[in-house]
Amino acid sequence: MDAIFAIIAALTVVSAAGAMFLRNLVHCALCLAVTFGGLALLYLKLGAQFVGFAQVLVYVGAVAILILFAILLTRSGQDDGHNLLSNKWWLGAGVAGAVFVTLAMCVQGSFVTGNRIPAAADPSVKAIGTALMSNYVLPLEVIALLLTAALIGAVIIAQKEKETGK
Amino acid sequence: MNELNGYLLLSALLFAIGLAGALTRRNAIIVLIGIELMLNAANLNFIAFWRYGPNPEALTGVMFAIFSIAIAAAEAAVGLALIIAIHRHFKTTDVGRVDRMKG
Repeated sequence: MDAIFAIIAALTVVSAAGAMFLRNLVHCALCLAVTFGGLALLYLKLGAQFVGFAQVLVYVGAVAILILFAILLTRSGQDDGHNLLSNKWWLGAGVAGAVFVTLAMCVQGSFVTGNRIPAAADPSVKAIGTALMSNYVLPLEVIALLLTAALIGAVIIAQKEKETGK
Repeated sequence: MNELNGYLLLSALLFAIGLAGALTRRNAIIVLIGIELMLNAANLNFIAFWRYGPNPEALTGVMFAIFSIAIAAAEAAVGLALIIAIHRHFKTTDVGRVDRMKG
């Protein structure tokens, strides 16, 4: 457990908590961008360069900005800040705490984590591209179809409803 | 405590934070942010297991993370479009007050 990991992990966890529980929605979105950046740093630290940069491009560049735009578009005049949490928030918090305790106990008691550490593999972008075009070509095509359908569907859902009464 | 343990615990903590936010907040956008956080925690698990697994040259974890990122992007786009449509209709993004499927 080195210091760099500790710093990045603390940054990620604190900004994630901020993204969830801050009062101002714009601050939430900005904290979320910091969380995504911290995760990208962790990917880079683990040796997955391509995934790290894809995380920066897709999450920090696109998803966080998209969420920011949605927050600004749906901001209504009255700020209902008095009711931040739902009525039975203690139930949700209890479920989340129980999930974390269970996962942590599983991780601590697992035999997988006691293994020796293998030598670091350095996946070049070329290797990833070759794998995408050979072994994983069918999932790649399915993802392309899914992205096209999802984006067209998003535009259709978000556009103004026409007056169907005529 | 070795390194894989640290990554798994961090991922579990991120998942729990996302779950807590998705279950307790009223605003639909924050619920969506919580879901994104949970997806990211799963991605971190994939990468950590790929790095510290028995054969990291197989690239399976990296591939899964890449596809998962693409699916999360599609999910965010559709989810935010739905929230914008709901806001246009109900004039609110409070998930507790959106209680009808019929307009």
